[in-house]
Amino acid sequence: MQKEVTFAGFGGQGIMSIGQFVAYTGMEEGSEVVWLPSYGPEMRGGTAYCTVVVSDRPIGSPIIQNPQYAVVMNRPSFDKFEPTIKPGGLIVINSSLIDVKSRRTDIDQLGVPANEIAIKHGLPRSANIAMLGAFVGRSGIIKSNNLKKFIEKKFGSRREVLESNMKILEEGLGIAENSQ
Amino acid sequence: MAKKLMKGNEAIGEAAIQAGVRNYFCYPITPQSEVAEYLAKRMPEVGGMFLQGESELAVGNMIFGAAATGERVFTTSSSPGISLMQEAISYIAGAQLPAVFANIVRGGPGLGGILPAQSDYFQSVKGGGHGDYKMLVLAPSTVQEAVDLMMIAFDLADKYTNPVMIIGDGMIGQMMEPVEFKKPPPMALPPKKWAANGCKGRDPVIIRSLFLDPLRLEQNNRELFVKYRRMQAEEVRFERYNVEKGNKVLIVAYGTTARICKTVIADFKARGINVGLLRPISLYPFPMAAVAEAAEGVKAVLSVEMSMGQMVEDVERSVLGRAPVGFFGRVGGVVPTPEEITVEIEKLL
Amino acid sequence: MERTAEKVVFTRPEAMKNAVTHYCPGCTHGVIHRIVAEVIDELGIRDKTVGVGPVGCSVLIYNYMNVDFLEAAHGRAPAFATGIKRVRPDLIAFTYQGDGDLASIGMGEIVHAANRGEKFTTIFVNNAIYGMTGGQMAPTTMPGQVTTTCPLGRNTKDTGEPIRMAELLSALKTSAFITRVSVHSPRHIVETKKAILRAFRYQIDKVCYSLVEVLSICPTNWGLTTKESAKWLEETMIPYYPLGDKKTPEHSQR
Repeated sequence: MQKEVTFAGFGGQGIMSIGQFVAYTGMEEGSEVVWLPSYGPEMRGGTAYCTVVVSDRPIGSPIIQNPQYAVVMNRPSFDKFEPTIKPGGLIVINSSLIDVKSRRTDIDQLGVPANEIAIKHGLPRSANIAMLGAFVGRSGIIKSNNLKKFIEKKFGSRREVLESNMKILEEGLGIAENSQ
Repeated sequence: MAKKLMKGNEAIGEAAIQAGVRNYFCYPITPQSEVAEYLAKRMPEVGGMFLQGESELAVGNMIFGAAATGERVFTTSSSPGISLMQEAISYIAGAQLPAVFANIVRGGPGLGGILPAQSDYFQSVKGGGHGDYKMLVLAPSTVQEAVDLMMIAFDLADKYTNPVMIIGDGMIGQMMEPVEFKKPPPMALPPKKWAANGCKGRDPVIIRSLFLDPLRLEQNNRELFVKYRRMQAEEVRFERYNVEKGNKVLIVAYGTTARICKTVIADFKARGINVGLLRPISLYPFPMAAVAEAAEGVKAVLSVEMSMGQMVEDVERSVLGRAPVGFFGRVGGVVPTPEEITVEIEKLL
Repeated sequence: MERTAEKVVFTRPEAMKNAVTHYCPGCTHGVIHRIVAEVIDELGIRDKTVGVGPVGCSVLIYNYMNVDFLEAAHGRAPAFATGIKRVRPDLIAFTYQGDGDLASIGMGEIVHAANRGEKFTTIFVNNAIYGMTGGQMAPTTMPGQVTTTCPLGRNTKDTGEPIRMAELLSALKTSAFITRVSVHSPRHIVETKKAILRAFRYQIDKVCYSLVEVLSICPTNWGLTTKESAKWLEETMIPYYPLGDKKTPEHSQR
């Protein structure tokens, strides 16, 4: 089974990082993984995005036109990627910055007030972690326990940062569960 | 060593370090600047030498000077930068020095774009610089393979006292995949008696590509081609993927394009249609015999490239009429989709 | 016969091969080659020296010098020498370049090598003309000087003024030894040797980049006799290309 996700937002929202977190955790779980960024002038100011593929067999094309999942953190990313999602897929929307919902009936959608959650826990730059939690909780692309282990390793050296990030992650995971 | 998730560009730099190489010259260019950025940090950690030159023109020639001392050395660049290095590559090939170049190819001609392309096939395989010479050209299709090829590239350069080029498109440089650094088995290499490192206890050596006597130059060129024939005998590398009797179509593709074709082949297989892929890993020497053999009995051969049709000429040269050879390419940084390739194959069924 | 009185007073330096010259009559490349060889001998560095030759008349310098040698692409000798010194700082490297090679096609490489303070030595032979290709205009060709590509004399309105390389390189902030000498008379040849010796010493002591610009004659392409050439150099070139140290590591702060 191959799972594909596009993470998108504007530069500085931590899009590339949460894509890498999924890829790392997938690798630790023994899956084949690829992380592919958009690069060059695209990165300057406009939408930044990356694609992550997690699979149980060697990954062919790393370029995914129609992913099962999209995680979008700003409006231009919603406009660009919402139409590309495969039927039966999922879109996770940063409802703090995106004031529309998908009108598609063939995909699942999940709104996450990511910026509010991050600000509440004192780490306004960690809105991406709330998105990550909600996405992983809903999609099951990787196990949330393994993701937590990875986050612990990643932020382990700064206790306060780690604790706040864990709270943000939990809240994201909670949104996924409660809306089920 | 455990697997690490690494960007292709960084993995290429680390592979050279793991292969014991401590000398790197560079000039920034997208989409390979991460190699330089990575090694600017990494080389000092291992006591190595890192130098950002003033241009690719200069860097190519710094590589000549460094290689001439017998030290292992490499550089990385992308298409327009590699064009500027063609002068040095021609001289290095003519003077028979070992050096490794990695080209993370972007779309051209001219300044072109910065997105993945395979339009430097002719440049790397058919010459690029002036004169009769060849490089050993190796094309990875995964980050792991980029690492593996990088780690043997220095041995191969020493084995043939010849430039070796690793050619990957922007995708190989930019994407992250799990990698392992496995030391390749040691290669038996000749001593570097030719090195210009001070004539202590011996006669001075001269390292040059200048031979004003036509017969002497002709002899030098013949020597080069004896070497190239040895490469053809010993260094052909390729992957056969789903190549078997009953293939309706044979795809020939390398690098990222080959990965995309693998996705296509899996989809056809699910539909009960058998398509094979011959993936050249060495672009020079080109796996002519393997392509010919795989083309036996198929309805058609399709060369899929991110170019306007470059490798297809070598595919035709290999297939030699055994089957009609078609071509599908996207260029300018546009990467062919599995859907597009599927349509092309369906036309041939 | 009293043979014991005989004493060798002049011999070929060890750093020089026993080769027949290919240079034109009156050419001063041979003199400069010999000075470099004598300096290498005197400093005892022959077995760790690597020379880098140019493209130009002295392209075949490796036939004369009895040290390891690389033959560079046109203008790229400083990049070659950078490569050598960066990976083998223990070796002694020098480039030997003419005015077309260094001041025209190789302008980028020489400026950046000097600016990085690469620890090698450049012998820059300025004879105000392209020799090997048959007497074309060089960046150092004098105003009004006739060459095959400025048959009416160099018109500085179209081609700019001759480039004073020693002064140009001295303008860089990086520490260096940069000097200009000449080989048109025995007295000047002695001075040239002193300068080249000093340049190599700075390299051996890992002090700085060093460049010795040597004003040189080209009777063949100038269309003058050797004697006339020496006079022309003295009267035309030296006033425009003044001799002397342009920059020393002791006085490099600007």
